[in-house]
Amino acid sequence: MCLSIPAKIISIEGENALVSISGMRMNASLSLLSNAKPGDFVLIHSGFAIEIIDREEAEKTLEIVRHIRPIK
Amino acid sequence: MYPFEQYHSKALCQALVDQIHLMADRPLRFMEVCGGHTMAVRKYGIPSLLPDSIMLLSGPGCPVCVTSSLFIDQAIHLAAYDRMTICTFGDLLRVQGTNGSLEKAKTEGKDIRVVLSGLDALEIARQQPEKKIVLLGIGFETTAPTTAATILTARKEKISNFFVLSAHKLMPPAMEAIISEGIPINGYICPGHVTTITGIAMYKKIVENFGIGCVVSGFEPLDLLQTILMLVRQVKANQPKVEIQYSRAVKPEGNPKAMAIIEEVFETVDEWWRGLGILKASGLKPRDSFQDFDASEVFSLPVYEISEPEACICGDILKGLKKPQDCMLYGKNCTPDNPVGACMVSSEGSCQTHYNYAGIN
Repeated sequence: MCLSIPAKIISIEGENALVSISGMRMNASLSLLSNAKPGDFVLIHSGFAIEIIDREEAEKTLEIVRHIRPIK
Repeated sequence: MYPFEQYHSKALCQALVDQIHLMADRPLRFMEVCGGHTMAVRKYGIPSLLPDSIMLLSGPGCPVCVTSSLFIDQAIHLAAYDRMTICTFGDLLRVQGTNGSLEKAKTEGKDIRVVLSGLDALEIARQQPEKKIVLLGIGFETTAPTTAATILTARKEKISNFFVLSAHKLMPPAMEAIISEGIPINGYICPGHVTTITGIAMYKKIVENFGIGCVVSGFEPLDLLQTILMLVRQVKANQPKVEIQYSRAVKPEGNPKAMAIIEEVFETVDEWWRGLGILKASGLKPRDSFQDFDASEVFSLPVYEISEPEACICGDILKGLKKPQDCMLYGKNCTPDNPVGACMVSSEGSCQTHYNYAGIN
């Protein structure tokens, strides 16, 4: 129910965005965000973008796991 | 390119699994309270990767599963009004009320439509001003701001034939109720997208009052395994705290704009949860200033007694007290094709998820 899907913003017109979800295009409302821009990845829930996905943080999370020492 | 594949990396997941096995030296029970996590845990076979000492429990994180028969009965009652269209998210369609489901009402000729967004319901209201459109608002903090924003749009555009019957619920009262009932857990796998909206402040009370750690998790296998490792580490260090594993989508402060919109449109009310009963200030209802959009104010709604399907143990399953396979109906009288209880109706309910990924045993 809280399922939210990452999508890339293609273009913005007012409070509406055209987004791409794995190549499929759809409209999403930006009325719950204040600073989204084309090129951003956002989480789409029930037709609304609810957050911008932070790519630096995404990489940081992976980096932490990469540094876990393997067990021999 | 957003690095999704890496969150499924076998090597990285294995490193986490190895660490968890190394660290886990005592029986531990972690509970997730999000239907998305219930599904992801089963889909990726996470329990099979963990040591026997770690048990994962599913809590009341599926909105359809915790919704009462009263709500379904009221929605069916509304559907009988003249020129009425009921808009609902798909999962709710087959939940049983006292006398049947919305699906049954639809087959009897009532205008009941499945929508993917509140905005779809609003569009129907724009296109058909002669009809009354009621959106069934269910879902937690993730979905509540979308309903609130839809109501604000309706007001702005002066759309007077759009209404919401709200059963929106808030997660923290249910998380506290689980612990207060004495259900033994050692940590919460906190709902990622709920926390995207709310931020983490609401979990501090759980840590401070109950000494139970809270880690906000993403939905990929690497996310879930890393979250479990973080919780194991907290228990071992005897330092329960609030941590964010899902930092790419969750900021400590959440989404203030979405929270402000919830606050503007809704007020809290006491709400009934399957398995937990009535929890104080755990539901959301449109404020008086928005009562023109509140179906429970505009239309006269009977108050029905809440009924539960006979022999269904969904309530205990939602508290982590029983497993789907403990139910005498599971896989026999109750299957995804022919569900009895709400936990088998919803694709993210414990029973349906278990049935889909683990079979009938």
